[in-house]
Amino acid sequence: MRKSYKQRETLLALLIVVLIGLVGLRAPVFLSMSSMSNLLTDSTLLIMLALTQMFVIVTRGIDLSVASNLALSGMMTALLAAKFPQLSVALIMLVALGIGLFLGLINGFLIGYLNLPPIVVTLGTMSVYRGMVFVLSGGAWVSSNRMSAAFINFPLNHLLGVTHLVWLAVAAILVTWFIARYTRFGRDLYAIGNQPVAARYVGISTSQRLLWTYGLSGMMAGLCGYLWVARYAVAYTEIAYGFEFTVIAACVIGGVSIAGGVGTVAGAVLGALFLSVINNALPIVKVSPFWQSALTGIVILSAVVINARGNKKTGRQILPLHLVTSSVKRSAV
Amino acid sequence: MNAPLPASDITTSRYTIGERKGFRFRELMGRWETLLGLLFIMVFIANSVLLPNFFDFYNLADSTFNFSEKALIALPMALLIICREIDISVSGILALSSVAMGLANHYGVPPQGLLFVALATGTACGFLNGFLVTRFALPSIVVTIGSVSLFRGLSSVILGDQAFTGYPQLLADWGQGYFFEVIPREFVVLIVFAIVFAVLLHATRWGRRMFAIGNNPVAAQFSGIAVDRYRLALFMLTGAMAGLAGYFLTGRIGSTRPNIALGWELEVITMVILGGVSIAGGAGSIGGVLLAVLTMGMVTYGLALANVPGIIMTIIVGVLLLITIALPRLLRGMNRA
Repeated sequence: MRKSYKQRETLLALLIVVLIGLVGLRAPVFLSMSSMSNLLTDSTLLIMLALTQMFVIVTRGIDLSVASNLALSGMMTALLAAKFPQLSVALIMLVALGIGLFLGLINGFLIGYLNLPPIVVTLGTMSVYRGMVFVLSGGAWVSSNRMSAAFINFPLNHLLGVTHLVWLAVAAILVTWFIARYTRFGRDLYAIGNQPVAARYVGISTSQRLLWTYGLSGMMAGLCGYLWVARYAVAYTEIAYGFEFTVIAACVIGGVSIAGGVGTVAGAVLGALFLSVINNALPIVKVSPFWQSALTGIVILSAVVINARGNKKTGRQILPLHLVTSSVKRSAV
Repeated sequence: MNAPLPASDITTSRYTIGERKGFRFRELMGRWETLLGLLFIMVFIANSVLLPNFFDFYNLADSTFNFSEKALIALPMALLIICREIDISVSGILALSSVAMGLANHYGVPPQGLLFVALATGTACGFLNGFLVTRFALPSIVVTIGSVSLFRGLSSVILGDQAFTGYPQLLADWGQGYFFEVIPREFVVLIVFAIVFAVLLHATRWGRRMFAIGNNPVAAQFSGIAVDRYRLALFMLTGAMAGLAGYFLTGRIGSTRPNIALGWELEVITMVILGGVSIAGGAGSIGGVLLAVLTMGMVTYGLALANVPGIIMTIIVGVLLLITIALPRLLRGMNRA
């Protein structure tokens, strides 16, 4: 079983390399160092958000509020930086993490401790957070001239040849990989996603795990909120509007099963990279940018159809007739 | 073995579909629809007292324009959610239908034909969703997250940075027009469809089977219901209704732009859930959805009269949604797991 997942990720990685190669054949400029480093930098925010969204989806949940959380944390840090320009970037990042964590924990509490359906809870908090951005900013933009240079420059400053954004993404990948692979917390998430009832019987405190899973997702959204605002040097109500679907799409392409229990860090990263490659390559091969969304849709649909064929395991929503036998088989293995 | 168990003893499902019970006042008061009805009346009274211009018949009638199109999509969405499915792509379908109408209009399709263009596009989009969900046994949320991108993408490919305008008068008549010069046509259409859907869900065998599918798809399949056919039909119905909503919306605003109906999918789903439809499937009513639609409409209208920006409404709706689902749990005591 594990082998087949490994295979899917290698396939996806190969696909990305082939795609980059094809685009490079058409337009060699795409393969240049600066273009590649651009691509890497552009993909970081999506990668980071996909990582924690992966955890959420593994527990059979979904976090639709990430984009709104990102916008709210981003706006709050921008306002903070505008008001107190002397604050150090490290402190601002801590604040962003804190705000995001708090917003995520609200989701986690409602989902974990009140047992509410994740899709409804995060749908609700998504509207609330997005509205709060408007309330806080009064609908106005916070533009670059109100932010300090250090605040804006941090994400794109270079360290050892690549931007800070890339380093942060690498750190996020390592941390989530460690959590998913070697911590009890991470293993518990997979157990919860595979068999929530069994997980409870073996003594996993599902409520607490869910609380912190959504907390983690919120924390990442908070950090990305600062990075997003600083990178594009502007904060307004609609930043990252609709980005939650891109994040979920990255997970789905990376083979994270929406039915829970299946998903790897490598998959989430590759899924996010795949989407970023497509988006970055389109303008270079002179395809109208209007095609971007349509192509993304086709990619997502093909990915889920291919995943479904390799993975006959049943989803939560659709239950074929051989359900009973297949579950017996799985427990016997 | 011989004597059948009384229905009340079987509690294997979250919701039981027993025989129809007799009328009890307490049960009526405990129903979600009753609470929504009371909330609606409260909102209505509060608005009339606080806002001097609220209770103006023409204003009230006009305020229905704000929600009629969304409500048209909320009706089939309620059926989908009752069947444990969901359609995130409705706003994309709406956009694509509107673009198809714009194209058809551009190439000289007569005004009467545009409605069919919209309905056909919507149905085709719904068919794609339904086909993928039923043929490949995919979760509908994933499929429709993909297809919303596809539908909206296709419409922006066709539109570019342009917009379709110059629609015939017939569309404007339906989108902005009135019956008897007071009641917006959209609202009348909405009411007619609400009645049709209510009958379909609550008074026909089909509706009964939808509840069965939502409660337990496996059992439904074993009892001889063509579950996948129902799913496919509901996705196509949702697509068609999104197409219809696209027809009205295009007529009302008189143009097709790439950002038409952006973000509507979540508003529509919020309406359905506020209306008491369980996201886990198998429970809900059209009456509840309609009441939720009207309540949200009245709140929006009141806020607009009070000069509160529209985005504040999203906070209120979000909080309302959270309270709606959290309150019953809190009252029953927190779950210790």
